[in-house]
Amino acid sequence: MTEMSPLHFKENAIRALGDAELQRALGNMRQGFIEKRTKAAERLPEFDALRDKAKEIKDHVLAHLDLYLEAFEKNCVAGGGTVHWAKDSAQARDIVLNICRLVGAETVTKGKSMVGEEIEINPFLEANGIRPIETDLGEYIIQLRNEPPSHLIAPAIHVNKEQIADAFRQHHRDLSPERPLTDRAALLNEARRALRERFLEADVGITGANFLIAETGSTVIVTNEGNGDLTQTLPRIHIVLASIEKVVPNFDDAATLIRVLARSATGQEMSVYTTVSTGRKRPGDLDGPEQFHVVLIDNGRSKLIGTEFQEVLRCIRCGACLNHCPVYGSVGGHAYGSVYPGPIGKVLTPALQGLENARDLPNASTFCGRCEEVCPMRIPLPKMMRHWREQEYAKRMVAPRVRWALRLWALAARLPSLYHFGARLAAWWLYRRGKKGRGRLAKVPYGEGWTRFRDFPAPLGKTFQSQWRGPRRHRRPSP
Amino acid sequence: MSTAREQIFAALRQGFRGRNEAAAKVGVDARLARRAPNLVPARAKPEQKRAAVAAFTAMAEEAAATVARVNTMIDVPGAVADYLRNHNLPMRAALAPDPLLDAARWERRKTLEVRKGRAEAFDEVGISLAYRGVAETGTLVMLSGENTPTTLNFLPETEIVILPADRVVGAYEEALAPLRSNSEDGSRHSLPRVVNFVTGPSRSADIEQALQLGAHGPRRLHIVIVDDAAGP
Ligand code: SF4
Repeated sequence: MTEMSPLHFKENAIRALGDAELQRALGNMRQGFIEKRTKAAERLPEFDALRDKAKEIKDHVLAHLDLYLEAFEKNCVAGGGTVHWAKDSAQARDIVLNICRLVGAETVTKGKSMVGEEIEINPFLEANGIRPIETDLGEYIIQLRNEPPSHLIAPAIHVNKEQIADAFRQHHRDLSPERPLTDRAALLNEARRALRERFLEADVGITGANFLIAETGSTVIVTNEGNGDLTQTLPRIHIVLASIEKVVPNFDDAATLIRVLARSATGQEMSVYTTVSTGRKRPGDLDGPEQFHVVLIDNGRSKLIGTEFQEVLRCIRCGACLNHCPVYGSVGGHAYGSVYPGPIGKVLTPALQGLENARDLPNASTFCGRCEEVCPMRIPLPKMMRHWREQEYAKRMVAPRVRWALRLWALAARLPSLYHFGARLAAWWLYRRGKKGRGRLAKVPYGEGWTRFRDFPAPLGKTFQSQWRGPRRHRRPSP
Repeated sequence: MSTAREQIFAALRQGFRGRNEAAAKVGVDARLARRAPNLVPARAKPEQKRAAVAAFTAMAEEAAATVARVNTMIDVPGAVADYLRNHNLPMRAALAPDPLLDAARWERRKTLEVRKGRAEAFDEVGISLAYRGVAETGTLVMLSGENTPTTLNFLPETEIVILPADRVVGAYEEALAPLRSNSEDGSRHSLPRVVNFVTGPSRSADIEQALQLGAHGPRRLHIVIVDDAAGP
């Protein structure tokens, strides 16, 4: 089993590299998402200008977050909504449970919500006798399999259709065990039927929020399946879980963010359903919930304001940084052991959970910079990972072996002759070892994580710098 | 002990030390009252209505919706019946009780059975009326309310939406502008409980990243554009 803790990143990553099924799924994913995003971006000449605008909007909000939250609260209440505040996960869970208890809820349907994962609402409701049912198809699949999501927008990306069929056979006990479940359409139809009943019987519907609009006190969700809308339309009670940085000033600002969100996430021009909810059922309405609750959750965000990590709060959870990350593409989401995987997770998880609980994460990077290039909100993710690294070093959380190696390297880097001698020695040593293995090394000291599943190409016995000097000598113009 | 709300605001204000409070307040109030799109892509600014309807149609079809076009409301039941027959669907539907749709004289089309009201679990076809169509991405804007219940957009497997051509606009901002508050005359917003922006039928790629239509919402979305909805 993968350990669900950010402290086990190394072990989890090593296991993921050896998982053939996962590797196949990740291969598909990267191709699909990357191509689609590129096409969508190319088709909209204003795309980069919209990204600049989007960044500006969120920077403005974050500099005035208290004022926009006050405005949101005032306008939400004026529209018949109830606003609750939660400093941390425990408070948020209690608020949800209390609302459920007040209406005697037995089952709760849930739309996809990352902050819902963050506060671990499902196990809590279950422990208190209330049955939470995930309704996003991917979330439903992983709920049946009892695992966490492995991607921000494609939570079951690591699961294949045979595994889905197994999970359905195990849980949909009322159906014939002989039914064929070999193609994807059959699986979709079965899930559609099973969840339809759940939508109709639920007492409470919980959704997340992609945005909160201060101007009108509205919440906004963006989905492709329509599950979020059935979740919030059919039950008597609608609860919205939202972290405090989701607020934007007005609908014009929401429209700008919406224009970059789907294009960055799935490469769609627009997601199928974008829903703006303002308050509860109105007099004369033929459907809709009688109560509309919004739970505003801090959980570590307010303390990032005014720090070098404030910018991470611009994130709109599109997943583009995951899709373009070579590390995520190699190890998948579970290895990160946190709700938020990939580059965004590497920055956000230590910020929310504390660096001591997420030590390996900021280091699991090639610093290639792709994440920052594609981030619609232009979040400088590599720079922030470096901030964490510096803090980690400063707090002496780095293993003594690594500290010594870094110190030695720093000394050598200041003395060029020592540096060259060391590099030549290492290259020569690797070359000698590689000769035995026909140019590949099955093991390199301190490189076990890499060499367990692939060989390390042996160098040709010369350092980069000596080779660089070599050919240039020949290119010198003759006098 | 202070409340969670107080603690959150105290932590935020800690981060805002040194901010000019008076200026911040003025800036935020101005932003909240502002009614000006930030940046509208050129393609969302069609020059005439005709171009807007053509762009809307192309984008909606790209999103896997189907589009039919008729002259007046009287032609709508025929177009709906044709669609249902061609797709072997039941000739029975839940219909939005909007007065504008009454002009279609549904009762004259004997083969098509309509029931006015919200959609129920057993309804296989829902027919509703769009508030706007957005050319930018072929997006329908649907409002909740007594005349257009939201369940019609999500419960039935087949969703049919009637869209008067003069309701097609270029951009999302334009679609919502009439419902927002106005600081000049001091009016409050008139947003209904829900505004649904709908672009094509429901879909999911959650099974092995292969796109399939009809995840939880409608499998099919058929749009009937009415050129002269006010006409005879
Ligand atoms: S950090 Fe940027 S790219 Fe990554 S999920 Fe957030 S908004 Fe998307």
